[in-house]
Amino acid sequence: MSHTSPHDAAHDPHLAHHFPDAATQFEAGKLGMWIFLATEILLFGGLFCAYAVYRAHHPEIFIYAHQFLDKVLGGINTAVLIISSLTMAWAVRAAQLGHQRALVRLLTATIALGFVFLGIKYVEYEHKWKEGLLPGTRFTHPLPEGTTASPPAPVEPAPVGVAGEEATTIPPAARGPAGLADPAAAPPAGPPRVPRNVQIFFGIYFTMTGLHALHVIAGMITLMWILRRARRGEFGPRYFTPVDLAGLYWHLVDLIWIYLFPLLYLIH
Amino acid sequence: MTSRDATHGPGALAASAQNALGGDNYLNHGRGVWSWLTTLDHKRIGVMYLVSILAAFLLGGVFALLLRTELLTPQQTIMKADTYNQMFTLHGAVMIFLFIIPGIPAALGNFVLPLMLGAKDVAFPRLNLASYYLWVTGALFALISMITGAVDTGWTFYTPYSTTTSTSVISMVFGAFILGFSSIFTGLNFVVTIHKMRPPGMTWFRMPLFLWGLYGTAIIQILATPVLGITLLLIIAERALGVGIFDPALGGDPVLFQHFFWFYSHPAVYIMILPAMGVISELMATFSRKRIFGYTFIAGSSIAIAVISFLVWGHHMFVAGQSNLAGMIFSFLTFLVAIPSAIKVFNWTATMYKGSVWLATPMLYALSFLFLFGIGGLTGLFLGALATDVHLHDTYFVVAHFHYVMFGGTVMGFLGGLHYWWPKMFGRMYSERWGRIAALLIFVGFNVTFFAQFVMGSQGMPRRYYNYLPEFTTYHVISTLGSYLLGAGFLIVLVYLIHSLAKGQPAPANPWGAATAEWQTPSPPPHDNFLQDPVVDDPYDVERWRWDAELAGYRLEGATARPAGAV
Repeated sequence: MSHTSPHDAAHDPHLAHHFPDAATQFEAGKLGMWIFLATEILLFGGLFCAYAVYRAHHPEIFIYAHQFLDKVLGGINTAVLIISSLTMAWAVRAAQLGHQRALVRLLTATIALGFVFLGIKYVEYEHKWKEGLLPGTRFTHPLPEGTTASPPAPVEPAPVGVAGEEATTIPPAARGPAGLADPAAAPPAGPPRVPRNVQIFFGIYFTMTGLHALHVIAGMITLMWILRRARRGEFGPRYFTPVDLAGLYWHLVDLIWIYLFPLLYLIH
Repeated sequence: MTSRDATHGPGALAASAQNALGGDNYLNHGRGVWSWLTTLDHKRIGVMYLVSILAAFLLGGVFALLLRTELLTPQQTIMKADTYNQMFTLHGAVMIFLFIIPGIPAALGNFVLPLMLGAKDVAFPRLNLASYYLWVTGALFALISMITGAVDTGWTFYTPYSTTTSTSVISMVFGAFILGFSSIFTGLNFVVTIHKMRPPGMTWFRMPLFLWGLYGTAIIQILATPVLGITLLLIIAERALGVGIFDPALGGDPVLFQHFFWFYSHPAVYIMILPAMGVISELMATFSRKRIFGYTFIAGSSIAIAVISFLVWGHHMFVAGQSNLAGMIFSFLTFLVAIPSAIKVFNWTATMYKGSVWLATPMLYALSFLFLFGIGGLTGLFLGALATDVHLHDTYFVVAHFHYVMFGGTVMGFLGGLHYWWPKMFGRMYSERWGRIAALLIFVGFNVTFFAQFVMGSQGMPRRYYNYLPEFTTYHVISTLGSYLLGAGFLIVLVYLIHSLAKGQPAPANPWGAATAEWQTPSPPPHDNFLQDPVVDDPYDVERWRWDAELAGYRLEGATARPAGAV
């Protein structure tokens, strides 16, 4: 890669005074970025964990609610991000080879694809907003015609010996509706039923995709800064660390979406 | 590049290179407040951290004294019940997020780590400064919360109360979120620095043990803190947007919050204690004038503690409705932590055996650590056992336990380290006599304060209560009087440390006879850390450093003292 000899390093304007040579500096930067990416994965890890817990406890909510997501738009967005990863990887290669024009064009393309992704995301969010498919208390989506809501889960009686006014004021924990969470039980007769607490799915959907969108925006801002430096001709075979590190970040953002898409849109 | 041209070898460590207060050093290398606020020098960032976290410690300490004063009588003493709730929350939040987590790594670690490596700086100096300003921003958000409606949830922010109380939860939680990123960036910086900037010859198992402690800490900071980050973001989303992930009325699960919270906050107690253990390892070897005993085991146990720390969070939730099987597994894993902790304690004790123990102030704190951490650690086993925990959960026994570990452990380690590296940081000695008096007073005051809490906790006094049954009055009065002793001890420390900054004796390069690299540079160090590359050798070969009355410090055996003023 760009391992310059110590002799060159002495004249390298990009070498910070506390590193012995450019190779060490490059490796330190790369290690730092990988560790940062690990923290990002753990940040999302909490949400993936919440997803796993709620999906395991209430599979019926996920199966019912995911049909409100637009698989086509989600699929297009997946393709957009994957292509943007290609242009990003290509941009890193261009920087390493010193292909100045290609570098600028590929960075521009990556940023443009980021805008396309956000635009499609906006269309999806707007649709959910209009339909009232929102998290928590803001969920106002009416029941589809010909369906009824599942009956509320039975409230557990207070333990024997607890006086009425001493019983907890916290509402009982949500349960899957009887019959849906338990495959052994017979399906209830009558019109199809909508599971309770569908808003939980949208809470998870909006926090996960919202946090991801914030990361896309952060990645685009970083890439714009890289683009500005690239247009000044700062990068070449001897110094391309920032392009490389920004690329790593962009790939991570892409990778997280690649997990989000099937988990949220493609549920069976 | 002058440092590289200078001659190597112990002889180069001349008398003139002992104290740099009169000449060029990092403290006067650039002048003016602006040169400090924009500095990339890890030593200055460490000092800025030190000042900031000591201010936070003072604030948290004042809260603590007010709380103890309120508890003097079973009824209202000096404050209203709501104020009391806010104050114990702020005491906890300030002490944990602003003081004890960044305490040793960000203040002492920042200063010492590159010096121990013989390096010029940490790997990412700008990131280092950024993480300091993140700390300041987080502290500002915490202050905003205090002014606009201080949080009363307890520092744990348990849902559903934290999502329904009318106090300023969002700004406090956002402050903690930002502080988390400050902590992550410090950890990231340290891991990369230790991986990439060790000098030739310093293999992993020739690193000073303080660096092992910092490394273990940094690993936990990197891997655990992001989970706290997302948890706090979810609380904000819950309060601001009504997302409902933790709200049972909307199908959410408040116990999930507890899992998320403790997944960070249990490892976080090892973020607090591991660097203190690293400090103690340094102090034990230096002040026993003897090679550290069981180096490999102490180093390995730091990593073992870091790993196990991720697997024990459920022991905070034995009575929160988790399954019996999960409780048993978490209890077993909790007991496992005792093994690496005990390995450290036994090795430190063995280091002192047949050493010539020098009871200087830092060593007094190290010995305090051994006693107090021992008690704190062993009482942790009571709480880690499923059956006894049902009785002791949420009592003052828990309060006493974690104060013995956090205060008796981490704060003693911090004070020991502060006194140990103080001459290096500021080039002046403090009053040894007052140092010892204060150390003794803090030790006694601490035990009076918190031992009484063990007793009343075991008798059933619940934590966080504003009023209590009259039968507990005696213990509360003893505990409060002890806290005043403690306060007096810290006041003495504050006075003689400030006095030493102005009037203290100029410190030699190596006042304690330690063998790690930071003692080979003048006190305080020059901007580039070393005048010539240090001899990075066996970090615990303390016996080769001999007292030199002329220097009033130690010099390497065979090195000749040169007359002052020689270049």
